[in-house]
Amino acid sequence: MTSAAPPVHGASVSEIPAPSPLTGFSRLLVSEWTKIRSVRSTVWSLIFLVIVTLGFTALFTWLTILQWDKSDPAQRAQIMADPVSTILGSGLEFGQLTICVLGVLVMSSEYSTGVIRASLLAVPRRIPMLAAKCVVFAALVLVVGEIVTFPSFFLGAAILHEHAPVSLGDPGVARAVFGAGLYLAVLGLFALAIGGIIRHTAGAITGVIAFVLVLAPLTQLIPGKIGKYVHAYLPTEAGQLIGQAHEQANQVLSPWQGFGVFCLWTAVLLVIAGYLLKIRDA
Amino acid sequence: MIEARELTKRYGDKTAVDHLSFSVEPGRVTGFLGPNGAGKSTTMRLILGLDRPRSGTATINGHRYADLPTPLRTVGALLEARAMHTGRSAYNHLLFLAQTQGLPRSRVDQVLGLVGLTEVARKRTGGFSLGMSQRVGIAAALLGDPQVLILDEPVNGLDPEGILWIRNLMKQLASEGRTIFVSSHLMNEMAVTADHLIVIGRGKLIADCSTEEFIERSSDKYVLVRSPDAARLADLIAAAGGKAEPQTEAEGNGNGAGRAAALRVTNLDAPRIGEIAAADRIVLHELTPRLASLEEAYMELTAGHLEYGKHGPGQLAEPAGEPGTAQPAPASIPGRTE
Repeated sequence: MTSAAPPVHGASVSEIPAPSPLTGFSRLLVSEWTKIRSVRSTVWSLIFLVIVTLGFTALFTWLTILQWDKSDPAQRAQIMADPVSTILGSGLEFGQLTICVLGVLVMSSEYSTGVIRASLLAVPRRIPMLAAKCVVFAALVLVVGEIVTFPSFFLGAAILHEHAPVSLGDPGVARAVFGAGLYLAVLGLFALAIGGIIRHTAGAITGVIAFVLVLAPLTQLIPGKIGKYVHAYLPTEAGQLIGQAHEQANQVLSPWQGFGVFCLWTAVLLVIAGYLLKIRDA
Repeated sequence: MIEARELTKRYGDKTAVDHLSFSVEPGRVTGFLGPNGAGKSTTMRLILGLDRPRSGTATINGHRYADLPTPLRTVGALLEARAMHTGRSAYNHLLFLAQTQGLPRSRVDQVLGLVGLTEVARKRTGGFSLGMSQRVGIAAALLGDPQVLILDEPVNGLDPEGILWIRNLMKQLASEGRTIFVSSHLMNEMAVTADHLIVIGRGKLIADCSTEEFIERSSDKYVLVRSPDAARLADLIAAAGGKAEPQTEAEGNGNGAGRAAALRVTNLDAPRIGEIAAADRIVLHELTPRLASLEEAYMELTAGHLEYGKHGPGQLAEPAGEPGTAQPAPASIPGRTE
C-alpha cells in the first residue's frame, strides 16, 4: 500500500456545498444502497445465486428425465401433477443458501467490522437504519430473485417438456414462479433478522441453516398429526409452498397461507432484532 | 458545549464510569485524560448514545445525541480508527455517511482532500495503514462541518507530520468557536494541544481545570541545586528550615558522570539557598527553580487510579512512547522551567 498523500494544511473545513434534495427516509435508503453495493460479498453472493440455481435446475431436471423410465410411478405422477415445484425445488433448494449467507452478512458484517458505530452515529434512532436496510436488501433480492426464478423455470420446463409439459400460462404457475422470487426476498430478511439478533457471522449463519435445512427433517421424526403440523409451520417449509402450482390434497397450509406464515416468522424475528438493536450497546 | 451529569455505566460488576459530571466548553480544546481503562472511551460512547448509561445524562448543545435530527452536522466523532468495512473504499465509507445527512458527494471529495487521501479514496480500506485509517475516521468526523468534535485518541498511528496536522486542526477549529473534546492517555500530547483538561481515573473525575492550573495545583515546586559540597549544603539547608533530598540520577536531565551531586530542595526558594551557600562560601554549579513536568503531575494525580498495569508511577513517568505514537517534546513544558 502506498502511503497517504501529505495532508493539506490550512484547507477550510467549513464550506459545505448545497445539500442533496433528498429528505428523511429516502436518504437512509440511498445510504443503505451505497453500503450494500460497495462490498464484494453482495456481488459474489448474487452471482453465486444465479449460477447455483440455474446449474442445479438444469442438472436435477436432466437427471429426472434420464431416470424417468426407471423411477417410481408415484414419483412420476407427482412430478407430472406439479412440474413447477419440481423445477423450482431443484435449483432454489441450493441457491437459497447464498441468500441465507448474504442476509446474515448484511447485518453481522456491520458488527464484525465496527461499521455499526458509524451507522448508528449517523442514525442514532437506530430503527430507521434497520428499516432502510430491510427495504433495500429485500428489494435487491426480489429483483435478482425474479431474474433467476423465471429463467430457471423456462430452463427446467424445456428439459422436462417431453414427460411433464408445463407453461407459464397454466393455472397457478405464474404465481408459483413469481412467488419463488418473493420467497427469496423474505428469506433474505429472515436471515438478516437472525444476523441482527446474533451479531456474529458464523453463529448467525449456523442458526439460519439450522432453520432451513436441519429443523425440517428433525420435525418429520415427530410422529402423528403434531409432527405434521409442526413441520408445516416451520418458516421455510411454509414459505416454500408459494412455489407450488397446486395445493396437494392433505396439505395443512395453502401456498399463500404458507407464505403468510413465513412472513409472520420473519416479522417476529425482525421485531426482536429491532428491539435488541434499540436496547443493546453498540 | 457538551454536558455530562452524573453519568454512570457498569459492565457486569465493573463500574466503568462512576457518577461523572463535567462540561466541555466551546472555543477551546478540552483534553480528556486518564490512564488506560479509566473510562474515557466509555464516556465518549455514552455522550454519543452508542452505549446506554445506567444513570445520568449527557447532552450536546442541550440535546441528547439521539434527538439530533442530522447528528453528523452537529457532532463529528472519531472512535476506533479501524471501524470500517475492509472491503469498502474510503470514498464509499464516507459517501454512505454523507447520504444519511443529506450531504452531497462533493463534500466527500472535500473532506478526502482535507485529510490528504484523495489519491487512495477509491481503494479498499483493508489495505490501509493505521494512520491512513485514522485519517478516514477524521474525514468522517469532519464530514458534516460539525460544531462539536469528539475525538478518541486521534493521534494514534499518525506520523509526526500527521500529529502536527491534527494538533493544528484542533486548535484552528477551537479558535472558530467549536467545541473540541479530545481524549488521550498521553500527557505530553495534551500539554501541547489542550487548553483545558478533564482528568479521570477509574471512571471518576480527578481534575477539571485549565492545563496551567492542573500543573500548578498538582506539582510540587522545588529548586534543583548542584554543588561539589552537597552534603554540607544539605545540612545548612535543613538548619534553615528547608528540606533537601539527593536528586536521583534518573530524574536529572542529562546527569552524567563528572558532574556535581544534585539536591532537590523544597520549602526554601532559590535566592535564600543562594544566600545560604554564599554565607558559607559553598560553590554552586546550578541553582534552578523547577516545576514538576506535566507528565509527573499527571502521574501523581492518577496514581492509585490505574486500572491496568502494576508499574509504579515513576516508571510510567518516563516519556517512553506508546507504540505507534511519535512523541513530541520531552516531558517538561516550555516556559515552565527556568
